[in-house]
Parts: sequence; C-alpha cells; structure tokens
Amino acid sequence: MLKDITLGQFFPGNSAVHRMDPRVKLMLMVVYIALVFLVKGFLGYAILAAFIAGTAFLSRIKPKFLLRSVKPVLFIVVMTFVLNIFFYRGEELLFQWWIIRVYKEGIRFAVFMALRLVFLLVGTSLLTLTTSPMALTDALERLLKPLNAIRFPVHEMAMMMTIALRFIPTLLEETDKIIKAQTARGADFDTGNLLQRAKAMVPLLVPLFVSAFRRADELAMAMEARCYHGGTNRTRMKQLHVTGIDYAGIAVVAVTTGLVLLERLL
Amino acid sequence: MEIIRVSDVYYEYENPDEPADMAVKGVSLTVQKGEWLSIIGHNGSGKSTLVKLLNGLFLPKSGAVLVDNIDTRDEQRIWDVRQKVGMIFQNPDNQMVATIVEEDVAFGLENLGVPPQEIQRRVYQALKAVGMTQYAASAPHMLSGGQKQRVAIAGVLAMKPDVILMDEPTAMLDPSGRREVMDTVQRLHEEEGMTVVLITHFMEEALRGDRVIVMEKGQTVMEGEPAQVFSQVERLKDIGLDVPPMTELAHRLRAHGIDVHGAPMNVEEMVEELCRLKQEN
Repeated sequence: MLKDITLGQFFPGNSAVHRMDPRVKLMLMVVYIALVFLVKGFLGYAILAAFIAGTAFLSRIKPKFLLRSVKPVLFIVVMTFVLNIFFYRGEELLFQWWIIRVYKEGIRFAVFMALRLVFLLVGTSLLTLTTSPMALTDALERLLKPLNAIRFPVHEMAMMMTIALRFIPTLLEETDKIIKAQTARGADFDTGNLLQRAKAMVPLLVPLFVSAFRRADELAMAMEARCYHGGTNRTRMKQLHVTGIDYAGIAVVAVTTGLVLLERLL
Repeated sequence: MEIIRVSDVYYEYENPDEPADMAVKGVSLTVQKGEWLSIIGHNGSGKSTLVKLLNGLFLPKSGAVLVDNIDTRDEQRIWDVRQKVGMIFQNPDNQMVATIVEEDVAFGLENLGVPPQEIQRRVYQALKAVGMTQYAASAPHMLSGGQKQRVAIAGVLAMKPDVILMDEPTAMLDPSGRREVMDTVQRLHEEEGMTVVLITHFMEEALRGDRVIVMEKGQTVMEGEPAQVFSQVERLKDIGLDVPPMTELAHRLRAHGIDVHGAPMNVEEMVEELCRLKQEN
C-alpha cells in the first residue's frame, strides 16, 4: 500500500511538455508567475487561462488533476475572497448592514485576488505534474551554479534534496512498520484529545529518528566507498539539452507575455 | 598475482561506545587476483572492521594495507584505492543514493568524473551483468531486497574494480534473495574472473569460495580451503561457529567409527562418499 506512493505529484508521461528541458520549464515558470501579478483585467486572465488550457491539453494531464492542487488551499482562497470583499474601501457602495460595507471595487478586487491564487496554484502544479522531482532538483542545481561564486553550496543542497527524495518512501515504510509494532504492543495512536495524541507519537518518533541517524551514517560510508567527494570534478550521466520543443515553449510564453503587457497598457 | 596485502594491521575504535572486541589486532593476509576469499567469524570478531580497512574507509593504527601497491593511507590516491576495491554493504536500502536505478548505478562513475557517454555505456553493461536492465528506470523502493543488492553490485561493477568486498550482503535478505545475490556473485567470479572478498555468517556461502579465513577476537585463527577448514569441526564449534550440516554429519559418523573421507559439503557429495563406502565393504 505504501509502496504505491508517488513522489510529489509527478505524473509520468511522454508529452511535449514532459520532454521539455526542466531548466527551461523552471525559468518559464518564473516568467508565468510574474505575469499572474502583472495582469490587470479580466481579458488578461482570459489570456492566461488560454495559455494554461493549451499547455494542459498538450501535456495530456486531466483537468481534474490540475484543479486538485487548489483543493488543499481552497480555504485560503475563500478567506482571501471574503476578507477582500468586506475590507476593501471603494467609492460605489453596493450593500450596507451594521458595520459591513460592500463596495463594487471590493468585489472586483476580491475576484482578482482569488483568481490570482488559483492561477498561481494551477500553473505551478502543471510544472510539478509534468516534471519529476529528480529533474527539478537537477535543473535547480544547474541553474544556481553561478551562486558557487559566492560560496553558496549549490551541489550540496541538490544532493541533500536528492537523498531526501530517495529516503521518503523508505522512511514511510519504516513508519508503517513501527506503527504496527507499537500497536501490537498496545500503543494507541487514534483516540484521545490533541495533547494525548501528540504524546502517543513519541514511541513512534524516537525509533524513527534513531534509525534515520543510523541510515545516514551508513549511507555516508557507502557514498565514500563509491568515491563521493563533493561536487568538484563530478560529471553527470544525464545531460540536459535545449531542443526545438523548448524554443517552441519559449516562443509561446513570449507571445503570452506580449499579450498580457498589451492588455495592461490598454 | 596479489592485489591486496595486509601486513600486521592493528585498528581500534576511538569511540568508547564501540566494544573493544571489534578491533583488529595484528592481522596479516593477502588477496590474490581472481580468487574468492571468504571471511567468517561470529559477531564482534572484527571481520567487518577488517573489510573496511581494505578500501581505506578505516585506516590502520599500525601496520599497512596495500591495494595494488598503493598504501591506503596515501591521501592523494585514496580515490584510486576505492575505485579498485568496490564495496557492497549489508543493508540494501542504506547504500542507494539516487531515486532511479540507472542513476544510482551511475553515481560512482559521476564521482570519478567519467564522461557522460562513457557513463551511459558502462551503466548499461553493469546492469546487464547483474540481469537488471529491465529495471533501469525503476525507483529503488519498488525493488525486492535481492534486486537492490544486485543494483548495488552493478554500481560497483560499473567502476571497473579489481576486487569486490562484500560485508554480509545477504544478511537482511530472504532465502530467494540470498540465492539470487550469491548466484550473481558466483557468475561474476567464474565468468569475469572477479576477485571476491566475502564476509558472511552463512557457512554455505563460505563454501562457495576458494579460501576461507576464520576470525576470532580480531585475529585470524584459521585459514585454508573450505574443505580443510570445515573438516575441523571441534575447533569451529569452540569458536562458536556453525558447521555445514553435511560436514557435521561426516564428523559424527567418524566418531562412530565410520571412515568418511574428506569433508563432504553438500548432500550430493555425502551420498557419493557413502555409496563409495558401501561398495568398499
């Protein structure tokens, strides 16, 4: 059961979006985020919606999966919407009751803020759905390489992320095992109030941490035995290449950017 | 030709938590190219410590370890030593670094700075040698224990080592995984002439080797061909080691005046020997 978990929410595939260079995807994502904040009116959101819909269609990711990313933060989206409606002070009063005043501009602003959040979530999840965490880490390492100049340990950070990703399933499996072992000995993880439940976690967390430290120790030795000595003089098996698909992607984002800027100026 | 020479090596843990009886006290041995050396001994006999001295993970307090005439204390050449002497650990989970099998096999080569094309070629070869090519793109946690160990062996093979050290590689595996790993190692040894140093507490695994060393309290106490070593049943039992069942049966038969020759290691050899005896009488 735990063996079925996927890392992050990556959805393996072989579409044009999947095959794009992760570095290019990551940089285009930064541009997209900037666009979401630049948009001024509903026309702009229509342009972004067209862009997202097109990319989603190309990636063959079902809209259901895309919208699922909004679900965990739906509460925040709704809260943003409601708070903005009630606290925005505009000129055209629509509705007044006791201390609550709703203005026309308030509704407009609230809708924009909610849309902005939704577009951010859907856009970034389109990236993580089509790019494996490994590829993202790799892209991040290569893109941040210039930071080596100011002694920022780029390679070490990327290595830590890789190892964390590698050990998530292993530690989950172990957690499952410990839960079963402790339950068999009468531990109760499911009842009681919040404090009691937190206390019940102690016999789970202590063995988990002890084993994680032991694993780290052994892994370090295994890495040394395989000649690991940091990022210096290290080569990579997988090379990243910017191909035609990437140029096409860059062109599409450039056009979208142009349209959004045009909308802002008009 | 000798590939590893250990001369009068002493090693003890500086950490007071580690029991002193895991130290190595004055061990000398050589490993010849192309041989299969098994090291047995009960827990705390220093066999794991000894094997970590062979690739410079631990450095001797006195004495010296030479790998292909390179002293493991030579800091300039430690990576040469570790490329020549690859190591497989006991826990298959704790030696895999990458989230994809082929990238894990490539890890050592990437560290050595091998060009990308060459890495791809060698990774594929190594996966083929252990029969894991169809799992190249799998995630490690989807594999069985035996398969994980085979991937670990591929990771070492890709670095083209002279020797493979194995520290109880099957201790955490089920019987089928154990067979899978030992068959892979045996094939590499027989077909590719790979030099193997195997630490084990399974006697039937030690039987597969060319030579056996028995360790006790940080010293080597017995050495020889498997048949020779395992025929000394009383002595092995004194040390606290199990003896392969057929070897023990032969020993007991001899105690009852039945003159069984040599040290039969498996049922077939025992049957043969008993048939021979029956014909003689």
